[in-house]
Amino acid sequence: MEYEAIIGLEVHVQLKTQTKLFCGCPIEYGALPNSRVCPICLGLPGALPSPNKQAIILTIQTGLMLGSEIAPRGKFDRKNYFYPDMPKNYQISQYDQPLCKGGAVQLYPLAFPKDAQKDPQAQSRKKIRLVRIHLEEDVGKSFHFGDYSGIDFNRAGTPLMEIVSEADIRSPEEAFAYLTALRQILRYGNVSDCDMEKGQLRCDVNVSVKPIGEEKWGTKCEIKNLNSISAVRKALKYEIQRQIHILELGGEISQETLRWDDLKGQTFPMRTKEYAHDYRYFPDPDLLTILTEGELIEEAQKRIPELPEEKKQRLSQHYGLTEYQASVLASDPQLADFFEKAAAQSANKVSVANFLINDYLAVASESETAIPIPPEYFSELSNLVDQGKLHMKQAKEIVKLMVTEKKSPTLIVQEKGLAQITSLDTLDAICKEAIEANPKSVADYRSGKTAAINAIKGYVMKKTKGQANPKIVHELLEKKLHELG
Amino acid sequence: MNLFEYTISELRRLLVRKELSPTELTEALFSRIAEVEPKINAYNYINHERAIERAKTVNVDLPLGGIPIAIKDNINVRAEPCRCASKILEGYLSPYNATVIEKLIKAGAILVGRTNMDEFAMGSSTENSATGLTKNPWDLQRVPGGSSGGSAAAVASHEAFCALGSDTGGSIRQPASFCGCVGLKPTYGRVSRYGLTAFASSLDQIGPLTKTVEDAALLLEVISGFDPNDNTSEKMPVPRFSELLETLSLKNMVLGVPKEYFIEGIDGEVREAINKAIAHFESLGAKIEEVSLPHTPYAVATYYILATAEASANLARFDGIRYGRRSKHYEDLLDYYGKTRDEGFGSEVKRRILLGTYVLSSGYYDAYYLRALKVKEKIKQDFSSVFKKCQALLTPTSPFCAFRIGEKSNDPLQMYLADIFTIAVNLAGICGLSIPCGQSTEGLPIGLQIIGPAWKEEVILALGHLYQKSTGWKPPIPPLEKT
Ligand SMILES: [Zn+2]
Repeated sequence: MEYEAIIGLEVHVQLKTQTKLFCGCPIEYGALPNSRVCPICLGLPGALPSPNKQAIILTIQTGLMLGSEIAPRGKFDRKNYFYPDMPKNYQISQYDQPLCKGGAVQLYPLAFPKDAQKDPQAQSRKKIRLVRIHLEEDVGKSFHFGDYSGIDFNRAGTPLMEIVSEADIRSPEEAFAYLTALRQILRYGNVSDCDMEKGQLRCDVNVSVKPIGEEKWGTKCEIKNLNSISAVRKALKYEIQRQIHILELGGEISQETLRWDDLKGQTFPMRTKEYAHDYRYFPDPDLLTILTEGELIEEAQKRIPELPEEKKQRLSQHYGLTEYQASVLASDPQLADFFEKAAAQSANKVSVANFLINDYLAVASESETAIPIPPEYFSELSNLVDQGKLHMKQAKEIVKLMVTEKKSPTLIVQEKGLAQITSLDTLDAICKEAIEANPKSVADYRSGKTAAINAIKGYVMKKTKGQANPKIVHELLEKKLHELG
Repeated sequence: MNLFEYTISELRRLLVRKELSPTELTEALFSRIAEVEPKINAYNYINHERAIERAKTVNVDLPLGGIPIAIKDNINVRAEPCRCASKILEGYLSPYNATVIEKLIKAGAILVGRTNMDEFAMGSSTENSATGLTKNPWDLQRVPGGSSGGSAAAVASHEAFCALGSDTGGSIRQPASFCGCVGLKPTYGRVSRYGLTAFASSLDQIGPLTKTVEDAALLLEVISGFDPNDNTSEKMPVPRFSELLETLSLKNMVLGVPKEYFIEGIDGEVREAINKAIAHFESLGAKIEEVSLPHTPYAVATYYILATAEASANLARFDGIRYGRRSKHYEDLLDYYGKTRDEGFGSEVKRRILLGTYVLSSGYYDAYYLRALKVKEKIKQDFSSVFKKCQALLTPTSPFCAFRIGEKSNDPLQMYLADIFTIAVNLAGICGLSIPCGQSTEGLPIGLQIIGPAWKEEVILALGHLYQKSTGWKPPIPPLEKT
């Protein structure tokens, strides 16, 4: 029997604000434990929350970018449960009046994992619909040391946006593509850095399977707290197989909350007690209703940048790039910006794009979002090639050095003595020497084996440590060999 | 006349003219405290040294320059305990000042100590306190009311010139009425709640307890105003309440008497005293009109659903993880929570947490919490429609005078009825003032409640002031004896 999976995602995104959601404490990853706290985010008696306007604006902006409907009135609710890393033992969240409802994320081929980009599903341009987007506060972090535990409340109160998708996703690859496309838009809007290593994007997935054609959905399981896009794919792959396996053996899926063990590559049930709650949501009486119309929506609108699809089209039209080139550059707004700055000073825009796509991206580490060198380096490089001062192979070497040594290509060329020898006088002398030193090749050439010229050329290149301009050398040798009669 | 008998306004005159120094004044108060406190037990904590240090340097030209003040034990003062009269906050020292405390300090007030209360402001007698009972200065066998019983008893027995209390369902006005002093519950949003340990966030409001209405106006002026740290505080201008006291004319003024507040079961002497006070206003030229607030009978039930629901979440933070008293013997985390809270909370607090947890539970939320919110709106509408016809309402503050210690402590429902006339004011978010208006034959004070529309404190204060001026009110010295 063939099965299909039905997948829905809940994504928690840490918003890029200076301060926490309800107090003035700065948000700083890696600060000394409990050094970024105050009576409000510690839940001390009497302390009250004051909402951070910027966090509300960023959430509305996200909704606008994803085509959600913005609620005219948003409200904060208390979600009640006891947990040591939650200072008030209730979390301020949004229950029945989220800031944004609906919307969608558009999948595109490059968003899929590399090994699946050629699959038909990667070409489908499917839209994954959203249920809602709401704003809530993060909790602290527990640490366990042998016979005691400690809690760091620096993260407590950090603004989190929860984005809930419809169960529109049908495969682990689509889940991967959804997260990649979503992350791209969030980075575009400068809403979040989505740095998964820092926990800025965390994901819960709901998954069930059913035989294809069957109407009734299967029992779903939830995998909590996945902290990388590839872990989501792996966990889903495993979990779908696990569920199918149970069904094939005639078993029943029990509704469970699972965690993913990345090392073991397996999902495990969590103690059900931990999540079997009646959260007793009720409106937080400390916080007023948020009226979004007017200032908040206007501010959010002002922040909306050119979105990925628009950027792709513009890049390919304006710079004459292929769809693939435009797509790669547009995958990261900073990379696209960088390209545009570099291209502005270069006669050969396509060559700049190629250096970035084929050479730079291979060198730069994946997690690096900010490009550590000025864009002028790439325009300089492509101009050097165009002027015949560097050949392609040298240029590719220079890209590596530019990134690792953070030096301009001109400086690298000078320091390494890499400049091409284009002086006719110098080359003429070396070519003459080469002909004298390779009588056999000369004889071969003259007898009609024209390929023998390469051996002579090789002598020149060796003699000049590869710096001779190959085109000029070729022309000179041909001329000299013909002169010999 | 002893120095401790003075009102704030009288003391201000002496201080500004340098006829009295803040240090002399503070010392005089401390000797009164030393004399009276063993009988009353109004304070949970006294900081003599800190008060005297402050008195030496305070600027008397400030609005409350040199005036000592007592603070209810649920309002945070930096480096002081804020126990809320609970075992669970044993040993807790607050690291920050409530907004009202910042305002008082800026206005030159001298903080004397913390007054006793019902644990987490839950109660009407100050019997639910982990730090012991407070006695009513008019009869030491009786309760001072609550939950701000310590503040009311301290002011009435002249061991405080003035005090701050908090009022969620009558916790300022009812003890003021029981002890024979003045108590004001401001409009919701008038005074910042930042730093007030929350009982029911949508109803709590800090307010003054004083010897005269004039003093209440002075104090309200200082503590009022929008606070960016309290999302529910309002950006309303703060009138100069103390300067508006004399501007009121009773001509064309209609005072409403809600018939639902004169029910069966109201004490005969209380009824008589209130009728006399109403007649007094009439004799001064006010038009008296009977009005109806039809949803009054639902106020107590509505209150106990909404207040306990909010309290169940507000008090969840007391878990022994970050601060406060912790249980020493436990098996696992859940057991730790259970034991810490079981050992730390008193029975009334537990009862209300359970009730609040219940009404918010899935399956009950709509029937209780949501319905209570709707009734709250009805109660609010009741008041807005009567305030179209009249400028203020006159009612008893409490249906009875101070009751005996232990008389109602085993009967929560009877105890809840002590706030039957004050609760609706909190639900409607409007303002209410309690002033003394006579005594029972047993010598117990009776309180008149003057209820005003939202943001009209100046009207109820002026009415109260007029009453006190025209009846020649002098803050009496209670006997401090068992009768
Ligand atoms: Zn903070």
